[in-house]
Amino acid sequence: METSFAILLSMLLPGAAVLSNMLLRNSPDLRDGLTLGAAIATFMVVLNILANVGNTTTETFTFLTVMPGLELAFNVEPLGLMFALLASGLWIVTHLYGLGYMRGNNEDNHARFFACFSFAIFSVMGIAFAANMFTLFLFYEALTLSTYPLVAHKGNMAAIKGARTYLGILIGTSIGLQLVAIIWTYAVAGTLDFAKGGILQGLIAGPSVAILLALYAFGIGKAALMPFHRWLPAAMVAPTPVSALLHAVAVVKAGVFTMLKVGIYIFGIEFLAESGASTWLMWLAAFSILAASVIAMTKDNLKARLAYSTISQLSYITLGVALASSMGILGGGLHVVMHAMGKITLFMCAGSIYVATHRTEISQMTGLGRRMPITFIAFLIGALSIIGLPPLGGSWSKWLLMVGAVDSEHLFILGVLLVSSLLNVAYLLPLVAKGFFLSNDTDAELAQSAEASPLVWGPPAATAFGCVVLFFYAGHIQDFLMPIVAAN
Amino acid sequence: MASETVHHTAMTLSEHLPILEILVPFVAAPLIVFIGRRELACPIAFIASAASFVIAGMLLSQVIDGSVISYQLGGWAPPLGIEYRVDTANAFVLLLVSGISTLVLPYAKASVARELPESAQTLFYALFLLCFTGLLGVTITGDAFNVFVFLEISSLSTYVLIAQGAHRDKRALTASYNYLIMGTIGATFFVIGVGFLYMATGTLNMADLADRIENQYDSRTVRAAFAFIMVGMGLKVAIFPLHLWLPNAYTYAPSAITSFLAATATKVAIYVILRFLFSVFQPGFLAEVPTLDLILYPFAILAMFAASYTAILQRDLKRMLAYSSIGQVGYMLLGIALLSESGLMATMIHLFNHGITKAALFMGVGVYVLNGGGSFYHNLRGRGKTMPWTSAAMVVAGLSLIGVPGTAGFLSKWLLVEAALAQGMWPIALLIVASSLLAVIYVWKLIETLYLAQPAEGLQDQNVPLMMMIPLWVMALACIYFGFDTDITLSAARSAAEGLLAGSAGMR
Repeated sequence: METSFAILLSMLLPGAAVLSNMLLRNSPDLRDGLTLGAAIATFMVVLNILANVGNTTTETFTFLTVMPGLELAFNVEPLGLMFALLASGLWIVTHLYGLGYMRGNNEDNHARFFACFSFAIFSVMGIAFAANMFTLFLFYEALTLSTYPLVAHKGNMAAIKGARTYLGILIGTSIGLQLVAIIWTYAVAGTLDFAKGGILQGLIAGPSVAILLALYAFGIGKAALMPFHRWLPAAMVAPTPVSALLHAVAVVKAGVFTMLKVGIYIFGIEFLAESGASTWLMWLAAFSILAASVIAMTKDNLKARLAYSTISQLSYITLGVALASSMGILGGGLHVVMHAMGKITLFMCAGSIYVATHRTEISQMTGLGRRMPITFIAFLIGALSIIGLPPLGGSWSKWLLMVGAVDSEHLFILGVLLVSSLLNVAYLLPLVAKGFFLSNDTDAELAQSAEASPLVWGPPAATAFGCVVLFFYAGHIQDFLMPIVAAN
Repeated sequence: MASETVHHTAMTLSEHLPILEILVPFVAAPLIVFIGRRELACPIAFIASAASFVIAGMLLSQVIDGSVISYQLGGWAPPLGIEYRVDTANAFVLLLVSGISTLVLPYAKASVARELPESAQTLFYALFLLCFTGLLGVTITGDAFNVFVFLEISSLSTYVLIAQGAHRDKRALTASYNYLIMGTIGATFFVIGVGFLYMATGTLNMADLADRIENQYDSRTVRAAFAFIMVGMGLKVAIFPLHLWLPNAYTYAPSAITSFLAATATKVAIYVILRFLFSVFQPGFLAEVPTLDLILYPFAILAMFAASYTAILQRDLKRMLAYSSIGQVGYMLLGIALLSESGLMATMIHLFNHGITKAALFMGVGVYVLNGGGSFYHNLRGRGKTMPWTSAAMVVAGLSLIGVPGTAGFLSKWLLVEAALAQGMWPIALLIVASSLLAVIYVWKLIETLYLAQPAEGLQDQNVPLMMMIPLWVMALACIYFGFDTDITLSAARSAAEGLLAGSAGMR
């Protein structure tokens, strides 16, 4: 398959799923089956790209020129391909899970839900294969807009308010800061193409570099860098499949992916390292990591706790960019995958508990582990991966980040990463410990609860297994990503 | 032999395109009255408008390379005779005005049929064409006094057209009266300014004026003329503190008229300001008289924030859109104030993009009004479910109003911010994006109402006439189309900006 055609196909398939969901609103089985087909086909297409292209960077192909310098253009490079694989692969799992969840909970507006979901995947594919900052920004905004209806899905006051915060912060930062940064970049460099080694070197100097980086870092609100993180907890009003795929994988990863792209292909790692413009970002990311973890400990609502955990983990990746070293970038890139696999497991477990018992607070889940062993074991594995213990995937990305911190001689960051791991233990493991080792005899309702349908507990079990598998394949991913940091 | 004659006729016809642009609707208007058949009125108006649109397209294609067409009315040479002068700047505006009118007329057929009594409908179309003629005339003429004449033609017919809203809501009468007073003051100021110019130079032809005031920039008469013309036109544009007539006029006029006026009338007035600032007074004058820094910047920024903020507070969608228009004028003024090619390009592009965006939005409101009685937000609750197509078009146009990438509005914003950055105007660039966040709020208030609020009881779905739906969707799709294909808009805007910045030299 021609690469340009494959890229278009990987976007057309989710696009077609949007249409089929809208048109077939009255035949749920056909509609959901077609969406599943589209998800599998999308994954196959991305695999095909992987088989053909490997970890090389392909020629850019321009879809259309909006005006000279502003082109809708796509190409394949390792980081984007990895992101596309991740999102399309997990889409299959989440779609199955979503079917179980939406049907199990008797939620309304299934057609709209899955249409928006597919649109979000369409946008993610656009982001992953964008060859310049304009194209990326276009799909970045499309992703925000298409996930808004998903956050507001329940339509009650809490959902509307949460969705308002969600949209307000994401659109506010992207138009108010990121757009300015993009136009500034364009004004300085005359191009927005992603290029190895960056496009800004030698064109901008002094404090301007740090200011421009700040406009990007805060403007990419999806990376949830403090103080622009509040949209993520607000988005937790959405049904759990949305939180799982979009707010643990697609949307937030689109944010840090954009951060990585900006760091590698707009500024260039060497330029960042030489100018020292990213030092402040490193400290802020370190602060974000610790502060969000501390807040997570105070949350009793499971999804809220996971959301703050996500904020903390995303800052690992921002930190990887800010370290401005090869190892930092590799660690950040690897953490995109590892955290995605771990966090989607945790969210799907939270959803599984909700479908089975309609409980959302951690304090109500004491003793539940014995009733729902599969869910809780999956949760344990996911949690251990997030904490970064071998033999689980998460251990490698943390390892690389630590090496990166040592490389750039920021030993304090090493301490931050260690403390953060301890905090992760403190807020993730109590749920499992209480679930298995404490019993709750007074709660009659709990005694009767059991695992919900296999569609609900199967997917988290699968992704938990994935966390184990990733431990053994981390080296391959690292090798795969190597070209993005290799010298020209 | 025969073919030669045909060829010859074609030649003369193409030479007369500038006057035909005006003459076709101008003749069609009384024709409608003479024929007097209600069912023929709209088709005739539509054909006339479509003819003007085609002619405008031909004119634009002739001048887009930067050349100028000078047409002498009745063969009398300027500066004594009246001259029509077409360059890219006004050909572009002609295309916008005639294009919008051609799309609004089919929409008007369905909407006017329900909003106006049968007895008023025939005259409605005649007046519509007169208003249309006036706007085209203001745009095409190269004679300062002729601008005033056409301005009055369009204004007087506008007053009557707005008053037609009284068949639905009596407040249209006061709105129209209000506009009559303000509009007349504006036109009077304008003609006083033109009088002063005549006093100082003895000519009314714009190109001639430009030559003759070049050496008297410090003349008090010329400066007073400048002030009168700017304030007079400022009233027609509804520059922020001079905007009071606009919200009521837009709210109570018949829906079709609101869509038409919002997309064209203020845009034509902006064009006149551009023409006088750059072609008559010229950049040299602007450099000497510190008008831009003292007047345009503050009022533009005030409009961007105060009017947008007021838009957020509105409970009536039409009024919200009206205030948003006042705010958006701020962007266009800002582009002018930057006094650079990229700034003017941004103004020209935004003129066009905002025109189509607002036309789509007001058309959508018209559909809601016909199917449920009002444009207040509480009338619109849950319409996303009951009127999915209309609401989807509103969302598309609303996104363009915000300036989301992939829409026409995004390009305007992009060019404007780029122009501000090119001048090193950091704070201005930040203010532009900050004020567009206000647009996010007022557009999202609408989207929440349409999609997330529960529909009012007893609201049944009604069939929306296809004749309204097609123009609405053409406009909405245009908002997306011109966000991706900028060949026409961008090259026209660039050539227009170059012509304007060249001052009087650009008029030759």
